[in-house]
Amino acid sequence: METITFRRKAVDRAMKWAFHLCAFLVILPLFLIFFDLLIKGAKELRWTLLTDLPHPVGDPGGGIANGILGTFVITLLTMTWSVPVAVMCGIYLAEYGRGKFASAVRFAVDTLTGVPSIIMGIFGYILIVLPMKRFSAWAGAAALSMIFIPVVVRTTEDMLRTVPGTVREAALALGIEHWKTTLFITVRTASSGILTGILLAMARIIGETAPLLFTTLGNQFWQTRLDQPMAAMPLQVFSYAISPYEDWHDKAWAGALVLITMVLLINLGARFLTREKQ
Amino acid sequence: MENVLVIRNLNSWFGDNHVLKNIRMEIAKNSVTSVMGPSGCGKSTFIRCLNRMHDMTPSFRMEGEILLDGVNIYSESVDPVYLRRRVGMVFQQANPFPRMSVFENVAVGLRLNGRKLSKSDIAEVVERSLRMAALWNEVKDHLDRPGVSLSGGQQQRLCIARALAVEPEVLLMDEPCSALDPVSTAKIEELIEDLSEKYTIAVVTHNMQQAARISDNVAFFLMGELIEMDKSGKMFTNPSDKRTEQYITGRFG
Repeated sequence: METITFRRKAVDRAMKWAFHLCAFLVILPLFLIFFDLLIKGAKELRWTLLTDLPHPVGDPGGGIANGILGTFVITLLTMTWSVPVAVMCGIYLAEYGRGKFASAVRFAVDTLTGVPSIIMGIFGYILIVLPMKRFSAWAGAAALSMIFIPVVVRTTEDMLRTVPGTVREAALALGIEHWKTTLFITVRTASSGILTGILLAMARIIGETAPLLFTTLGNQFWQTRLDQPMAAMPLQVFSYAISPYEDWHDKAWAGALVLITMVLLINLGARFLTREKQ
Repeated sequence: MENVLVIRNLNSWFGDNHVLKNIRMEIAKNSVTSVMGPSGCGKSTFIRCLNRMHDMTPSFRMEGEILLDGVNIYSESVDPVYLRRRVGMVFQQANPFPRMSVFENVAVGLRLNGRKLSKSDIAEVVERSLRMAALWNEVKDHLDRPGVSLSGGQQQRLCIARALAVEPEVLLMDEPCSALDPVSTAKIEELIEDLSEKYTIAVVTHNMQQAARISDNVAFFLMGELIEMDKSGKMFTNPSDKRTEQYITGRFG
């Protein structure tokens, strides 16, 4: 009798530790990556990294300022059309989507979420770069929106489904039209969740490299014209990293540190928004 | 007395389930009508027919007529959106809009109904509605607090104020007190009596004492049928139907 109790307790304890260990293993890479970047990137981490253009080989200093600007421009460009399209599609799935078309959309969106990002790059290349006969910020934004939209569609749908039916009923019973109920009551109720989804998807596309390789190409100089090749942070890190020069490698580390810090900050912002809701 | 609502041969189904069977009823202007009966007797389904809340349920089907001031509310010329502005509703669970303040909760119906009202007009309607719902004195100093931060009973009165703000003629209440404590319930019951001076009210309840306290007329539903409807006093002292008598004496249900 007593031995059985002892075994049961031991198994219980062992399982508890196994769960804890797995949780620890999951968060470990984040800390490893961040501290590794902090150590290796510290050498080149200075203000000029954020304010200067890349310098020629052998010329010390230089930064990724054009990459930061480019990432900012391309991300903003992507979001101008992706946010409304994705949110409206999510609203369609949550509030109207009942038939076969809706299940087809849902299936397609889930599939798109799993498509490797390099394919989006190649797609942007064929669809926009080839006909325009040049690499451009437009093409990069098009490729990124194919990554951004499916993620936001599904988070928007999920968030809207958490709004209780009684809220919609209350609005309809006041004689508020269906579309106004959806936009001004249901979406508003789920707004912080939807915004969080948008921010997380934004953090995701800020770091995407592969789709940009075939579309915006990168640029060593300032470029704000949207129909021209444009620099972007991940591309800059990539080109520094594959170069044969030691001091460029250090800049790649520093650039990666800046990139991951930005993603971290955006995620923290998303956390803050969800906390406010409770 | 003038009848605001006349229900003629109402039958309704959810899929194959015949929920309401040949209901005929008349609801008089400025009266309080209670609809009582055991769970699953169709009383909620019935009251929701009166402002077309089933329109969004694909499996719902109905036959018969419901006349509001002589016009069939299910005829093609009637827009359910406008109907619901004339026939308001309060639900079993208080359901204030989660991300809106007390003020916004009451004002939102006016704002979204596309009526061009100035800020001061809206503030006036909000105050009047909250006063009518006997909530003004409790919330006037913190109208900007979230509606959901109020107590359960206050939330339900907020929902009543919200319904009153769009100035309906008829107010439907689907078990408005079943989730409330006795003190809050007493407040809502008192409120119902006051409101009946201006509005026609239909209340679903499974609480017989409540029906006796608040209503002019009582309808007794059983398994989708309207068994009996009469003056409140008569129903509880001398009902015509044996099943009504059995129900109010607690022999079933």
